[in-house]
Amino acid sequence: MGFEDWIAEPLNWVFAVIALATVVSGFRVVTSPNVVHAALFLVAALAGTAALFLLLAAEFLAWVLVLVYIGAVIVLFLFGIMITRAPTGRDESNLDHKRRLPAALVSLALLALLLWGLISQWGDTTIDRITAGTPTTVLGEGLLGRFVFPFEVVGFVLLAALVGGITIARRDLSPAEEKEWESK
Amino acid sequence: MSPWLALAIWLLVVATIIPVMGMAIGYAEMKISAHMQSRIGPYFAGGRFGWAQLIADGVKFFQKEDLVPDNADRPVFKMAPVLVMVGTVGLFVVIPFGPGLTPQNLDLGIFYALAISSIGTIGVLMAGWSSGNKYSLIGGLRAAGQLIAYELPLVLAVVGVVILAGTMSLDGIVQAQISWFSEAGWAWGMPFVIVQAVGLGVFFIASLAELSRIPFDMPIAESELVMGYLTEYSGFRFLFFFLAEFANMFTLSAIAATLFLGGYWVPGVPDSILQFVGPLVLLGKIALFVFVSIWLRWTFPRFREDQLQTLAWKWLVPISLANIIVTGILKVVI
Repeated sequence: MGFEDWIAEPLNWVFAVIALATVVSGFRVVTSPNVVHAALFLVAALAGTAALFLLLAAEFLAWVLVLVYIGAVIVLFLFGIMITRAPTGRDESNLDHKRRLPAALVSLALLALLLWGLISQWGDTTIDRITAGTPTTVLGEGLLGRFVFPFEVVGFVLLAALVGGITIARRDLSPAEEKEWESK
Repeated sequence: MSPWLALAIWLLVVATIIPVMGMAIGYAEMKISAHMQSRIGPYFAGGRFGWAQLIADGVKFFQKEDLVPDNADRPVFKMAPVLVMVGTVGLFVVIPFGPGLTPQNLDLGIFYALAISSIGTIGVLMAGWSSGNKYSLIGGLRAAGQLIAYELPLVLAVVGVVILAGTMSLDGIVQAQISWFSEAGWAWGMPFVIVQAVGLGVFFIASLAELSRIPFDMPIAESELVMGYLTEYSGFRFLFFFLAEFANMFTLSAIAATLFLGGYWVPGVPDSILQFVGPLVLLGKIALFVFVSIWLRWTFPRFREDQLQTLAWKWLVPISLANIIVTGILKVVI
């Protein structure tokens, strides 16, 4: 399919606008000089990704992204940033890093690897226009039927991570403090 | 009808419903609270009963200057009310107002509603942070902590209904309540509140907290935080927050009515009539929820921050999980 065919399809225009907005806000996440702004650009990038899922008629994934990432994870990010330090305007602390060149190289290499993987596997495949997504019931049955084992394993790993996180974050009380706590 | 025309009509309907319902609920709040405290409330505006009080207030807000504090982060400060409104307007997409009167009968229905309403939290945090004011920041933080804590019971309380109905589409849930006994040949359905009273209780408490209403109004506690994250807002941006809050009350009550009270449906009335009375029936059920939440507001004092978290994590989450387990077992057994 040539570029002219591609651009003649109105849906591709929508895709181009959303993809561009997502990439630009993703870029701003790492370049913006204020941590809160960076987190807010992350919201925009995630919203763009959700919109791309919607274009593919993957409704469930799109709204999971909104509910879990925008509604909970980013809110926790912002909560954490604001409860520790949240300067308005220009952030005085240095958010930059000396080794920006190696970091750029690593991320470019990762991008190249992902692109290579995608293109070598699906480069020539064309798909028909997607008109209807998978009904949620089918997704649910797949998740709790055929894929129940990986699903449970992921759940277990997440639980382990949660317990680990709590163990690291919690501080054991000294005997004196413990006594004081019990007396309450 | 072309999809664009339908979209334009729905947008017009929503653009009318939000301010009208916002004002109606605001007026009800003023009047009911006044009578609960042996006052009269608004009296003069509009000639009788002070019915035009909220219109006068709205006009007043529009005349005010759009102030942005010097310390504020301008773009974020200006975006915040818009984001809060997006979460509210988005909810209208899936509410079934009558048979065939759902703007978009999404397969994901209730899941979409919960996802889109969580966007408002970001708006509240943005408002709190960008104002450059410590009262606002503390208010924003409290709001975030509260909304995260109560998002969970809100979602879990819905699961019981979804298990019973076997679908997440809101219209499908209403249909499931209508045709509950259809296999037995009875024409009478069953509103899910009968078997999901626990779910309704958890959902209602959690939605009060999501709306930051008393007894959960720590984010805007006037006696401690001036007005919380709203402190620096004035004019029509404040109006945006105000309308979004009352419109949110409307939409969350509509969802509660749809999930637990059968939405637009009254037992024994055929579809052909429901098509016209349906929206009014739904409005009546919404009014019931709105009245109860106003009633609670003027009855209870404010929670403490730790009591709020205890209620969410130690009570509501376990109760709603137990509700899911029991509902699931009963669904399989019966």
